[in-house]
Amino acid sequence: MPEAALTHADLHAHASPRQQHHFDTMAQQKEAATLGMWVFLVTEIMFFGGMFAAYMIYRMWYFPGFAAASEELDITLGGINTVVLIGSSLTVALAVHAAQEGKKNQTVALLIATGLLGLTFLVIKYFEYKVKIVGHHLPDGTTITLFPAAGFFDVSQSEHLAPIASQVRIFMVLYFALTGMHALHMIIGIGILGVILWMAIKGAFTKEWHVPVELFGLYWHFVDIVWIFLFPLLYLVHRHG
Amino acid sequence: MTTSDAATAVMPARHYLNEQRGIRSWLLTTDHKRIGLLYLFSITAFFFLGGFFALLIRLQLLSPEGALMTSDVYNRMFTMHGVIMVFFFLIPSIPATLGNFLIPIMIGAKDLAFPRINLLSWYIYVLAGLFALASLVLGGVDTGWTFYTPFSTSFSNTPVVTAGLGVFIAGFSSILTGLNFIVTIHRMRAPGMTWFRLPLFVWAHYATSLIMVLGTPVVAITVLLLAFERVLRVGIFDPSIGGDPVLFQHLFWFYSHPAVYIMVLPGMGVMSELVASGARKNVFGYSFVAFSSLAIAIIGFLVWGHHMFVAGQTVYAGLVFSILTYLVGVPSAVKTFNWTATLYKGSISYDTPTLYAFGFLGLFLVGGLTGLFLAAIGLDIHLTDTYFVVAHFHYIMVGGTLMAYLGGLHFWWPKITGRLYPEGWAKLSALVVFIGFNLTFFPQFIVGYLGMPRRYAMYPPEFQLFNVMSTAGASILGFGYLLPMIYLTWAWFYGKPAGNNPWGSKGLEWETTSPPPTFNFDRTPVVTEATHAYGHPEEVKVA
Amino acid sequence: MANPETAEHAAEVDHILPRSLYFGIFGLLMVFTVITVAAAYVDLGNLNIGVAIAIALVKATLVILFFMHVKYSSKLTWVVVGAGVFWLLILLSMLMLDYASRGWMMAPPIVRGA
Repeated sequence: MPEAALTHADLHAHASPRQQHHFDTMAQQKEAATLGMWVFLVTEIMFFGGMFAAYMIYRMWYFPGFAAASEELDITLGGINTVVLIGSSLTVALAVHAAQEGKKNQTVALLIATGLLGLTFLVIKYFEYKVKIVGHHLPDGTTITLFPAAGFFDVSQSEHLAPIASQVRIFMVLYFALTGMHALHMIIGIGILGVILWMAIKGAFTKEWHVPVELFGLYWHFVDIVWIFLFPLLYLVHRHG
Repeated sequence: MTTSDAATAVMPARHYLNEQRGIRSWLLTTDHKRIGLLYLFSITAFFFLGGFFALLIRLQLLSPEGALMTSDVYNRMFTMHGVIMVFFFLIPSIPATLGNFLIPIMIGAKDLAFPRINLLSWYIYVLAGLFALASLVLGGVDTGWTFYTPFSTSFSNTPVVTAGLGVFIAGFSSILTGLNFIVTIHRMRAPGMTWFRLPLFVWAHYATSLIMVLGTPVVAITVLLLAFERVLRVGIFDPSIGGDPVLFQHLFWFYSHPAVYIMVLPGMGVMSELVASGARKNVFGYSFVAFSSLAIAIIGFLVWGHHMFVAGQTVYAGLVFSILTYLVGVPSAVKTFNWTATLYKGSISYDTPTLYAFGFLGLFLVGGLTGLFLAAIGLDIHLTDTYFVVAHFHYIMVGGTLMAYLGGLHFWWPKITGRLYPEGWAKLSALVVFIGFNLTFFPQFIVGYLGMPRRYAMYPPEFQLFNVMSTAGASILGFGYLLPMIYLTWAWFYGKPAGNNPWGSKGLEWETTSPPPTFNFDRTPVVTEATHAYGHPEEVKVA
Repeated sequence: MANPETAEHAAEVDHILPRSLYFGIFGLLMVFTVITVAAAYVDLGNLNIGVAIAIALVKATLVILFFMHVKYSSKLTWVVVGAGVFWLLILLSMLMLDYASRGWMMAPPIVRGA
């Protein structure tokens, strides 16, 4: 049976210093990494999916509460955030493009742009959350907060919302769970982006090898896709009179 | 492939165990074989911890009014037994130990696709275990391993969040293992190792990995939502604000039913290897067995509602889930028939691994068939939450998975350690396990059918005889588990050198040394023959 | 020795798309965002949710196919993405088996004493 000799020297005699010992070629290594990232993203689909499933059920049951609570969300800020995040998907896609062409400065600039857009998103999110925490003014004059004495987002003081207070609370739990988990993924993403950016600045990426940028791009796009669904499901439940 | 001659076999001078020494070389290893051993030690520890709780359960049930403890305390016993056994023993067991060790070797690779992620998955598992131990130290959880709401979210006064976080974190270990296996099997096969030359052990682990990757995230988010609800005191499972506790059950069982296939599929993979080797015959209907693993993984996601027939789910949903549950039994039956056909007219050697395989065959059959009883909604209404269910899943998990695990450990122990275990003691232990197992769990079918509820600290006096039998059996079973602990450890240090292929089996793992070198092979293998090619094609006429 | 499938993937490895394509897709995504907000202000009754989801699906598909290069990726990548989406649909649709049938009657209620 024909055999390929595998000596210890073989383990070190490979084209790129980036090639890990257990792979036979760089191409194999890259395909493994890419497949690994895609499988990871599938786990993320199912992770968010559990919350989407809960949303689906409760929207069906509690549409009035969902509609009323959704109207209290700031559609302008939500809309801006949507544009910001899709914009950051554009910049990261262009960053991958620049890396593919071996253009270091362009890659760095576009990665920085992606990070800034991501931070913008989080800052806007912070202001949205802050209102809910510090004091959210309802149209009928009542003010509700995240942790008032009565309990988490308790709207029973509002004449307008009291009859559907429980429904509103269910919506708000899902709002914070969904956007909070999404924001956590953004924060982790920006952290990883920092590492990738540092590598790019150091000149680690070439036309031949820029796999981390590509894999990061996949992750970032996924986080964008989650928001593409969150925005209409949370902010646009019932905007018509 | 020739069987290594016991008289002349020697240990290789350098292998994965001695090439590097010291605690750092173990704790920072990226070698899949060493990581498999790290897992082996930790899951064994959890197995005996979970077994300790089983012992307490059985002691309590020696007398009808409860011999040892109040209901409050008893609730913690069965909960911790379940949480530890399911999440910290059964789910990682075969994949993280035997799977990690064998899959790269079986496909002719030097390691898994992501060795550092492999090590990370072990550390995550250990961290999760610490959370579980913390919940124990804080008094133990009393919700049942199923954490049903609203008891777990609003009423239990036990460290639910700590235990829940342990489960959440353990889920990541599982996901990373599954991800690693999927990428490895797709991208790291040696030249000539086509999909249909893969050992059935590998097919089974591929299917298991699909479940790990697709199902675990759902229980992760569910447990997280449960934890948030407990901490924030408001949440989506709370009926007082219109939340639906049944939704928790749906989301929980969406993972936890496929999880039982995570637990049994690797055992089925081991079975295929043990049966082929034990009968000196390639597995009957190889492609059917391979595809049946995939079928179990996929259909297994469509049946979770059979845990909820009486929970508040509609009868219509129950109807669909019932029919699909019958369907999922078919691929398991295919495997069982095919293993039997493999044994038929085989040249059977009655070594310990083969004995465990026989045990699996009979006990999994009973467990699987009783699952079909439970799939019938009408019967389930009578049997649900009784000891009949408890017996059903223990026949599969202990009579099936654990038997396969022990059989696999024995079969590959010479490969892992380079040494032979004492066959006499091993055969005795297998017999003790088999007898102890049946004495423990068969009476539970009977008392369950007669109406004894599960998760109760006491029971009507007429059930006492069967409970005493069960406890006696459990003691024997426990002893049967202690024996291998002792002699397998002894064999590690003092067993006779095994040589490359003590069983004379087919498979790439038997073509390298025992123990293997760090990079598994001295030369990259090139595969030219079919799996389990024991000399004659499968022309068995089962007339 | 490389996996036999590796060679066929070498071509896919660095498929460089023109920058204008990315800008074009971004433009489309902006258009759809505006449409989805506008549609929310129109009373379409039960169709509102359907329209919103449909538009979100279109946007997600554009991101997946072009920004994530799936259009130019291997069959395996397509299968993986498809499996993820399909599994989510299993969760959502089989949940509806229960929730959609809540309130359906099996038989008329038993009237006692009549």
